[in-house]
Amino acid sequence: MPKITINNKVIDFQDGMTVMQACELADVEIPRFCYHDKLSIAGNCRMCLVEMEKSPKPIASCAMPAADGMNIKTNTELVKKARQGVMEFLLINHPLDCPICDQGGECDLQDQALHYGFDKSRYEENKRAVKNKYMGPLVSTIMTRCIHCTRCVRFSTEIAGVDDIGLLGRGENAEITTYLEKTIESELSGNVIDLCPVGALTNKPYAFQSRPWELKKTESVDVFDGMGASIRIDSKGKNVLRVLPRLNEEINEEWINDKTRFAIDGLSRQRLDKPYIKINNKLEATSWDSALKLVASEIKKRGAENTSAFSGKFSDIESLYSAKNFLNLLNSEFYDCRFDNTQFVAGHRSSYLFNSSIQKIDEADAILIIGSNPKWEAAVLNSRIRKAYLNNNCEIALIGPKINLTYKYTHLSNDISYLNNILNEKSDFLEHLKNAKNPLMLIGSSAINYNDGIEILKICAEICNKFNIVNESENGFNILNQNISRVGALDIGFYSKNFDRDFNGSLTQHIKNTNPVVFLLGLDEINLSSLKDSFIIYIGHHGDEGANVADIILPSPAFPEKTSTFVNIEGRVLQTTKCFNPIGESKEEWKIFRALSQEFSEQLKFNNLKELRQEIVKKFPHLNQLNTLPDKSEVNFAKSHIIDNNEIEYNIKNFYMTDSISRASVNMANCTKEILNRVA
Amino acid sequence: MKHPGFINSIKDNEKDMFEWSETNFLKVKKIIEKYPSGRKQSAVIPLLDLAQRQNKGWLNKKALEKVAETLSMSFIRVLEVATFYSMFNLKPIGKNYIQICRTTPCWLRGSDKLLNIAKEVTGCSLGETSKDKKFTVVEVECLGACCNAPMVQINDDYFEDLNEDNFKKLLINLKNEKEITKGSQIGRLSSNPERKN
Amino acid sequence: MLKKEDKIFKNLYGEDDWSLPGALKRGIWNNTKDLISMGSENIIEEIKKSDLRGRGGAGFPAGLKWSFMPKDSGKPHYLIVNADESEPGTCKDREILRNDPHLLLEGCLIAGFAMHAHTCYIYIRGEYYNESSNLQKAIDEAYKSNLIGKNACGTNWDFDIFLHRGAGAYICGEETALLESLEGKKGQPRLKPPFPAGSGLYGCPSTVTNVETIAVAPTILRRGANWFSSLGNPKNTGTKIFSISGHVNNPCNVEEEMGIPLKKLIETHAGGVIGGWDNLLAVIPGGASVPLIPKSICDTVKMDFDSLKEVQSGLGTAAVIVMNKSTDIVEAIARLSHFYKHESCGQCTPCREGTGWMYRMMNKMIKGNIENNDIDKLLDVTKQIEGHTICALGDAAAWPIQGLMRHFRSEVERRINENISKREVA
Repeated sequence: MPKITINNKVIDFQDGMTVMQACELADVEIPRFCYHDKLSIAGNCRMCLVEMEKSPKPIASCAMPAADGMNIKTNTELVKKARQGVMEFLLINHPLDCPICDQGGECDLQDQALHYGFDKSRYEENKRAVKNKYMGPLVSTIMTRCIHCTRCVRFSTEIAGVDDIGLLGRGENAEITTYLEKTIESELSGNVIDLCPVGALTNKPYAFQSRPWELKKTESVDVFDGMGASIRIDSKGKNVLRVLPRLNEEINEEWINDKTRFAIDGLSRQRLDKPYIKINNKLEATSWDSALKLVASEIKKRGAENTSAFSGKFSDIESLYSAKNFLNLLNSEFYDCRFDNTQFVAGHRSSYLFNSSIQKIDEADAILIIGSNPKWEAAVLNSRIRKAYLNNNCEIALIGPKINLTYKYTHLSNDISYLNNILNEKSDFLEHLKNAKNPLMLIGSSAINYNDGIEILKICAEICNKFNIVNESENGFNILNQNISRVGALDIGFYSKNFDRDFNGSLTQHIKNTNPVVFLLGLDEINLSSLKDSFIIYIGHHGDEGANVADIILPSPAFPEKTSTFVNIEGRVLQTTKCFNPIGESKEEWKIFRALSQEFSEQLKFNNLKELRQEIVKKFPHLNQLNTLPDKSEVNFAKSHIIDNNEIEYNIKNFYMTDSISRASVNMANCTKEILNRVA
Repeated sequence: MKHPGFINSIKDNEKDMFEWSETNFLKVKKIIEKYPSGRKQSAVIPLLDLAQRQNKGWLNKKALEKVAETLSMSFIRVLEVATFYSMFNLKPIGKNYIQICRTTPCWLRGSDKLLNIAKEVTGCSLGETSKDKKFTVVEVECLGACCNAPMVQINDDYFEDLNEDNFKKLLINLKNEKEITKGSQIGRLSSNPERKN
Repeated sequence: MLKKEDKIFKNLYGEDDWSLPGALKRGIWNNTKDLISMGSENIIEEIKKSDLRGRGGAGFPAGLKWSFMPKDSGKPHYLIVNADESEPGTCKDREILRNDPHLLLEGCLIAGFAMHAHTCYIYIRGEYYNESSNLQKAIDEAYKSNLIGKNACGTNWDFDIFLHRGAGAYICGEETALLESLEGKKGQPRLKPPFPAGSGLYGCPSTVTNVETIAVAPTILRRGANWFSSLGNPKNTGTKIFSISGHVNNPCNVEEEMGIPLKKLIETHAGGVIGGWDNLLAVIPGGASVPLIPKSICDTVKMDFDSLKEVQSGLGTAAVIVMNKSTDIVEAIARLSHFYKHESCGQCTPCREGTGWMYRMMNKMIKGNIENNDIDKLLDVTKQIEGHTICALGDAAAWPIQGLMRHFRSEVERRINENISKREVA
């Protein structure tokens, strides 16, 4: 291993490292503004200057490749003076309006000024003022504060894949802007707020809400798509004020999407905070006791064995498990999670997992996307596809209607039957798949959400086996589930043969036949008119469509108000953390079912969350393995078919409003208005 | 008033139009051929220049976007280039774009006086375009003709070895649309130390 | 004085025909094939032996620079000629471009061949419109006569030359900014390493060289390295075009022997300082970026890289800006500060923020409208920029001010004190 001397300490480093990275190995901290791990190196802030033996000038450690035998000093007078000089230059035209700046308290410039700044300014000229730029409903700009590090420019072009932000002009007149001050058209735009080392780009909805030290910071997991990104929830009292990404190289790197970050204002709107009973077609507040009594009597009246439960986008394992077991006590198996009719192959976990792992996308050199818009279904995952496209010249093809993605792709067909061509080697794209070292297949819900879904899965598996996408060491067969609840629900068997292939049809039939009590576990996204003759219990947190048709509403906490177990698309078990107590009188779902079971001859056995979880992992041991990827699973359900024509239609029509929380969000409504419904 | 070459924004005026002229469309193709395939972004400066020439010396939004389209570049990248280089004007200029060199070698030999003459004859102050649209007067940094200082550039041509008299005559001739001679105004050949008069 | 037969630039002033027939008469393109047949290594060896140093300002040994190009990289190699002449005071390349373009083109072929390049881009500053049209005509002539293009000069070496016009940015004279600009981006200098010889234009091995450096190469090969190195002083060899501007009677470009005394240069070729040698105040001897030298140094200094370095200045582009005693020396330098502020690309902090600060302080100093300790503050700011930037523009902005304070601090102080006493009276 090559060696480098840093402040007289000799350390080993790996080839390809920069001097800055080597310094970090030696536990020597190097100040920086423009450098960021995930972005290309700009070397423009000059804060990271260090002394290098034999170089007359200090060098930018972020950009200089470390070399064997180098002698670096970071603690000399020369280095200190250089950094103080840079700091002074950064500050002369900076407004120093920290008291009214939202970045205050978590500002790189502020922090480093403490080490390298002077307490007095020598600058006697007028400070530069820069016009603020409009960047959309999410990002607020105070451009006079900008230090021109270009992190936002690099993020938008490199990661987000939208050439929207640029540095115009030159010299001291250089300024950051979007083209003609248009909205940043990216689902990842909010990340520029985190990247901005000063208060030039800030969180618009969060403006002047709080100081960072006043916030309670809770490490948790994102629930707005199937990835389960690592997040930090900042709350004050019972308000979530903001959501930030946490570094997780395996899932979301350092990014989150704009829904995760900004839909949170929906958490305090249209909340269900009390039990309600519908009397004369009007919902009236009631007590838990009488609500539960009424539920129990309706169940008994309508036939316990027909009682049904359907889960929604945010249903955690705890809710699903207790609902399922409650129904089992009543001798019912009418429960399911496939409200969107996304199919899987029973008995084969690999038929609903993102088997390759999210991180593996980085290495992909050919990706076949089938019936998915990854940009809307998992925006952060999509940035990995872009990374593969940029770094590996990854060849990408799409079966499904043409969409605007952040990389070039070959459009193969709108029709799913194109799979026949691939299997029979009548597709030009096959060459790329065959020649690839790390080919992946990515199947979206929209490809498998109809009667033939299971056949689609089987032929896709056949293709994967035939063309080396799945082999002994790799499994590139990937299902991109759209919500955080789905994989866990399937894992614990929250489905019923009764609802295979045609969820809506069989549901309608079932309701018609039995007029049962139906539990909607925060489910709003089905054809609710098919529930017409049933007695509907809506257990959830938002007064969305499901609550509108409910006969009884039982309020349950939203995600920041409880700890939940989920399984992400990869089959990785994740746990969220509670930030504060549930709003109003809402109760966790498992408590509701536990209490309801008291009204019947047999009861659920757990008495608290701990016992519930013990019971769950006893039955499903794999749920005990937090945060780890499952072992590689086999894809042994392949079967060759001829697939009939079916034009794919993506099931997400609006990225910003996909669930009861984001539909209640003003921020998301603004994005819909400005970005999606913009008159071109 | 700002130098038309140093504006960081463009106006979105619906009346502005731009399409490549037929001859320029052919030129575009030739220009792009100078660069390796897949590197046509290299042609952005030549194409902006061509578009500016076609559009009376300045670039409107449509012209910028046309160049971007032609080269498969994003609008913001083209705008970055157009705002970085001083020769791209983002607002209209007069028929005679008078650029007076202000840097030390010209200043040592009296460029300040030229500025006064220019203001006097054209009626423009710095950065302005005259009402009759005949002149725009700006100050520029070194144009690289220091041995023929002071000098000005008018559109594509250099006018050198100027003094108050010959510059005034030059501008008056321009104003009256009379013929003018480019290069040295005292009859010198290039930067030959010997003078004819 | 340089003998007429030792002049490389025989049509510097355009007295002769600049186009191909004239060029052929002057011996250009005469035996190019023979020169090429020396082979790449021998050409580079000969250039090394001549001790030719780059004429663009930095004075890096040319042969050594050419030898950095890899032999077989598997990628296209590029020769890029830097004709973005923008250093204030400098207008020598302009004369080559418009009056003797074939001299440059022949040099391109030879240097390009030596560097294993089949493609050459000449990046000319956008304002040189007429110069570029002469050059383009010369390129067209050369193609037509098979001097360049396929099997250039019958050497079996294919060689294309393309002209690329800039659009007004001094910084594009910096080699990596030039490459960025040539790739269709803003002209913001790149971080080094990687150096252009490893990864330059389009990520391929590239060498960026000044016009004059390339243009003298064929003559060096024709007349031999020994002839070239016999002119001038050791390590400071050959002939050089000097641009003499400012307060002289006959401003001019002139080709002279390297190392000619400054006084002799001015008096022999530029008709002397206006008002006589004793009326001289100071000279900026190498273009705006080098520190000025006062008359006392001008009396004896020789015009070459090492002699000027010894007096804490530099030969730079050999652009001699002469200032006589009528000059407001503070404003002369303040104007240069304005130039650097105007031309800073805005990429890195010290230059973006520092050049404006320096200019504003310099501007106040013209009238002495500052405090005495502001001189030290200003010098401190120059030190905070110098050596801390991505490219050399930061240094170039700092040095003229340092030069001013080194030699004319008392003048600045005089103005300040005068101003202070005026204020007190008021």
